[in-house]
Amino acid sequence: MLTLTCPHCGIRAEETELSPGGEAHLKRYGPGDSDEQFEAYMFARKNPKGVHFERWRHAYGCGKWFLAARCTATLEVFGTYPAQVSAPPEPIIEAIRARRPGWEAGQ
Amino acid sequence: MSARLSRGGRLIDRRAPVTFRFDGKPMTGFAGDTLAASLLANDQMLVGRSFKYHRPRGIVASGAEEPNALVGLGQGPRFEPNQRVTTTETFEGLTAISQNHWPSLDYDIGAVNGYLSRFLPAGFYYKMFLWPRPFWKHVYEPFIRQSAGLGKVPQEADADRYEQAYAFADLVVAGGGIAGLTAALTAARAGKRVILLEQTAHWGGRAPVDGDEIDGMAADLWVKNAVQALEGMANVTMRLRTMVSGLYDHGYALAYERVADHTPGDGRPRHRLWRIRAGKVIAATGAIERPLSFAGNDIPGVMLAAAVRDFVVNWAVSPGDRSVVVTNNDDAYRTALALADAGLVVAAVIDARPSVTGDLPAQVRARGIRVLEGRGIAKVKGAKRVTGVAICAQQGEGAVLEEIACDVVAMSGGWSPVVHLWSHCGGKLIWDADASMFRPDAARPPTGDAGQPMAATAGAASGALQTAAVLADAHAAAGGEGLAPQATGPAEAPMLPVWIMPQGAGIALKSKMWLDYQNDVKVSDVQLAAREGYESVEHTKRYTTLGMATDQGKLSNINGLAVLSHALHQEIPATGTTTFRPPYTPISLGSIGGEARGEIFQPLRQTPMHDWHSAQGAYWEPVGQWRRPYCYKRSGETAHEAVNREVINTRSNIGLLDASTLGKILVKGADAGRFLDMLYTGVMSTLPVGKCRYGLMCNDNGFLIDDGVVVRMSEDSWLCHTTTGGADRIHAHMEDWLQCEWWDWKVHTANLTEQYAQVAIVGPKARMLLEKLGGMDVSREALPFMTYAEGTLGGFRARVFRISFSGELSYEVAVPASEGLAFWEACVAAGAEFGAMPYGTEALHVLRAEKGFIMIGDETDGTVIPQDLGLGWAISKKKADYLGKRAQERSHMADPNRWKLVGLETLDGSVLPDGALAVAEGVNANGQQRTQGRVTSTYHSPVLKKGIAMGLVLNGPGRMGEVLDFPVDDGKVVQARIVDQVFYDKDGEKQNV
Amino acid sequence: MSNAVSALAGRSYSGFSTVREAGLVGMVTLRGDLESPELAVAVLAATGCAVPAQRRRTVAGDWSVCWMSPDELLLVGPYASAPGLVDQLTAALAGQHALAVDVSDARASFRVSGPKAAEVLMKLCPVDFSALEADEVRRTRLAQIAAALWTSGPEEYSLVCFRSVASYAFGVLENAARPGSELFSG
Repeated sequence: MLTLTCPHCGIRAEETELSPGGEAHLKRYGPGDSDEQFEAYMFARKNPKGVHFERWRHAYGCGKWFLAARCTATLEVFGTYPAQVSAPPEPIIEAIRARRPGWEAGQ
Repeated sequence: MSARLSRGGRLIDRRAPVTFRFDGKPMTGFAGDTLAASLLANDQMLVGRSFKYHRPRGIVASGAEEPNALVGLGQGPRFEPNQRVTTTETFEGLTAISQNHWPSLDYDIGAVNGYLSRFLPAGFYYKMFLWPRPFWKHVYEPFIRQSAGLGKVPQEADADRYEQAYAFADLVVAGGGIAGLTAALTAARAGKRVILLEQTAHWGGRAPVDGDEIDGMAADLWVKNAVQALEGMANVTMRLRTMVSGLYDHGYALAYERVADHTPGDGRPRHRLWRIRAGKVIAATGAIERPLSFAGNDIPGVMLAAAVRDFVVNWAVSPGDRSVVVTNNDDAYRTALALADAGLVVAAVIDARPSVTGDLPAQVRARGIRVLEGRGIAKVKGAKRVTGVAICAQQGEGAVLEEIACDVVAMSGGWSPVVHLWSHCGGKLIWDADASMFRPDAARPPTGDAGQPMAATAGAASGALQTAAVLADAHAAAGGEGLAPQATGPAEAPMLPVWIMPQGAGIALKSKMWLDYQNDVKVSDVQLAAREGYESVEHTKRYTTLGMATDQGKLSNINGLAVLSHALHQEIPATGTTTFRPPYTPISLGSIGGEARGEIFQPLRQTPMHDWHSAQGAYWEPVGQWRRPYCYKRSGETAHEAVNREVINTRSNIGLLDASTLGKILVKGADAGRFLDMLYTGVMSTLPVGKCRYGLMCNDNGFLIDDGVVVRMSEDSWLCHTTTGGADRIHAHMEDWLQCEWWDWKVHTANLTEQYAQVAIVGPKARMLLEKLGGMDVSREALPFMTYAEGTLGGFRARVFRISFSGELSYEVAVPASEGLAFWEACVAAGAEFGAMPYGTEALHVLRAEKGFIMIGDETDGTVIPQDLGLGWAISKKKADYLGKRAQERSHMADPNRWKLVGLETLDGSVLPDGALAVAEGVNANGQQRTQGRVTSTYHSPVLKKGIAMGLVLNGPGRMGEVLDFPVDDGKVVQARIVDQVFYDKDGEKQNV
Repeated sequence: MSNAVSALAGRSYSGFSTVREAGLVGMVTLRGDLESPELAVAVLAATGCAVPAQRRRTVAGDWSVCWMSPDELLLVGPYASAPGLVDQLTAALAGQHALAVDVSDARASFRVSGPKAAEVLMKLCPVDFSALEADEVRRTRLAQIAAALWTSGPEEYSLVCFRSVASYAFGVLENAARPGSELFSG
């Protein structure tokens, strides 16, 4: 059972205090966009063995959504950050590279 | 025979005798006994029958690894099957029954299976019971259920309490032997917050039995001092009778505390499951001795060598009068010495090693005990009890050289580190060829949330078997600096791997060599599996049942792996181990459930009027976690009659509904209108202040997820009503979009669902009731349909919404929840003269279905778009975007050939079954009957006096008047005509008066 | 308002610790920019309390203010004063992006007290109580429901949950406080 630190309230919460929200950093497509774009947004999800970005809500705490960078194979957490960004912030990228040399964003 | 010795026993209190019963027979033991010790003291070696062949089974071990001696403990509501006698403490009044035999333990009909054993080899069930199919139900299954299986399931509800608790520590040490004590002391002295847990009732583990000296004192004294030191430290928590059952992600450890197993009924919880978050876990879990595989090694009286000395030293119990020790290592010589010290006869030590030198054998020889080198056991003699052994050369094929009479065989095939906790969360093992064991590979530990090692092993669990090495390893595992505790003891010579005895045994002997006592798996079974092509150890486990069930192969696994490897002509590490999964030993379901039983099994949400409903005979319906009255039964009424009465009364007088459960979410801010326009399919930003509008909410995949009335409260705030089940979900949905997509929009939400009690006052006389309460103008002119007003009604702070889910004149009145009960009672009192009566959720459903109103969860199922339900009028065509708009433009969503909502009227007036399917011609690609529609809501309408239904039908609205066939039970077909779904007051005049 | 009753009308239980439903408590949710001086002035004027830092609680007289999330405070005080406080805050914050709303009736409040009070909560909340600071507010899970808790006195915790689950909350607290189920001896 994971522990993740909520960047909004600073609590190192255990998984039972959180609810998962799937892949992070999706770009919404809507009216006017192509079927392919919409399909990719609505259905195509990464399922990497390794570094992954996820949405979590501190459901039994401050109620805020945050994002986590995590290794799906070892469960190592590289960092958590507020959800109000469209791409992982630089310190998170650096933390991942420090632990996973050779990793490229967008992989 | 086995008996209590007159002297000794470091764990028992001879001044405190306890009486207990085994299979009804009264027996006596001492405080401090395990049930195993008490049984042996009463000469009860035979304690059960094996799973498949019903072979007599005796006590083999002295701890958690015991595979055989499982009993049913307790009685009635405190009965529990499959309890190990070696881990059960004897207490006054204990009752135990043996298992898996009929009619009695001594005489068991099922033992005939043993004679048929050559017809019941590995995979027998798979091979024989595949065909013919009907035989399963009528022949095989009853046979298997009767003859195989362990204990019986309890028949009564559990009388005990269970609980859980959370704990946090820098370090959790699992195991309170000398390794665990050393690790805990080392870490605690460095200031760490330490939790030290020991599964038995005593600190110290094996060391006091084995007799080495630590720091110049007897191990017993050293342990006592260490425990005292730890008890004096504020940063240390210590617990006996607590087993760390599993290690999980990010340092999460479960520990199972058997609080009151030994004091049943004393008011304490029986078990407590500790949910511990540990910075690090040190598994000081020791090692388990391995049996040796020789013919007849399952006959009662054949025991692990270390268990024999445990019984002698700890509990002053002699397992027999005349023992033979059989071994491949030096450690088992300690058993010979312990027996000799207790004045018992050791007939011989049979050592498979060709030449035995070492300190311990020298001590044994000095006592005049025969040591036979290069020898093995060809066969154990006896049936329900060992009577002797036949000796052979280990290198040979089993020719008998001599026979020795004995009633105990103490065997040792070496030791296996208990690596379970290390392995549970991904720690890797390496094969140590010198010690013939899998031990933790310190270079590949399980890792935690920062990628750091989150577990270590200490002592024998690391593979360190000599006391000095144990202490040094434990000291280092806890990060100790300086000197570890020092130990002195005899030097031990290397062991010799011995997987079968004798090495050249033929099939006759191998089919009597038991690997897994509990599941009746023999050397020959594993070899057969290998011949049949089973190469994976995991597959072999399932095929042969080796290492299954309650003991999970604690004794059998390594021997089984070795036999399998040999049969596959490969090295043991190439075969690998089966996966170690938690729990280490079985834990009670009660502890997993914790407090969640009975009234507090789950949260039941109650409105402020709950107790009133209850007092009025409400028949409850679960709606999400809420309990809502389904109807209020009066004496002599059926639920159906009550619903009919409530519907008719609401249509003719007044009905009162507790609508408090409806979701109420306040949305406020400069961008609130824009936000709601994205959330709802309709336009909410243009709603005038004081007005109400029905709205539909879709997810971005286009499907309808909720509906409700939206009220414009002020220039910048709206109140969104949701369904009862939807409040929390929709609030979360709103926050998700606000926080993660439109985070720069100025919008705040607040879930006010529980702030207000809400009462729906429904029916042609509703206005009279409100006027009687008084305080607000609720006339048609002042408060027309779909408007809202705030004021004081009958002295209550009230918000009055003129909305209707029934088609009748209807007001929904919200008051602060704390005043909800008083307001409800005021409505009941004021309404008495107008015939007001409460109605429940079923009447609500009938009323809305008569009007053709949809219900989320009935007409929708996650695949329905608003367009399917004829709700196009609630979808804005002008808006550039809303959640679900793009999805609804997909070709399949825009397809005219979709199942769409219609009314259904049975030709015979009956009520269609819920979910009934309308059949179409032909079959689909899978050969199944084609369908063309299904029933989504169906009720008896007491107003129309017939069955009414709604359903989704292929092109339904274009097929009015057509008759569909709905096959129902027993081959019958109900015919129903497609009609408009509004069955009552089609023009909507009644709600608008 | 004279008709108002709390969810469990002050029910209490004495086990190895005492569990008591705290009756009617005034509670106001205030959402807005917690950094803004306007909000700080409004909160101070209404309650006498400073805006608390992350996960902290400030107290002045009858009122206390709990930090609930980066844009949300919970103001706790006398039940009868809550509606007026909402009006006062709403007026003071007019023109600001803020929301003040009375949630007194949407909540149930409890006190768990006694030398072993923490042991009751340790059974229900995944919280390290030894690390909980005196002025800290912790939102967490109480068995199967959401709750907020803080230390409200020597050997006393206050706890707030939704009103509809008050009966469940009391049930799990009562069960956890039963004599004989103390976690630690002494």
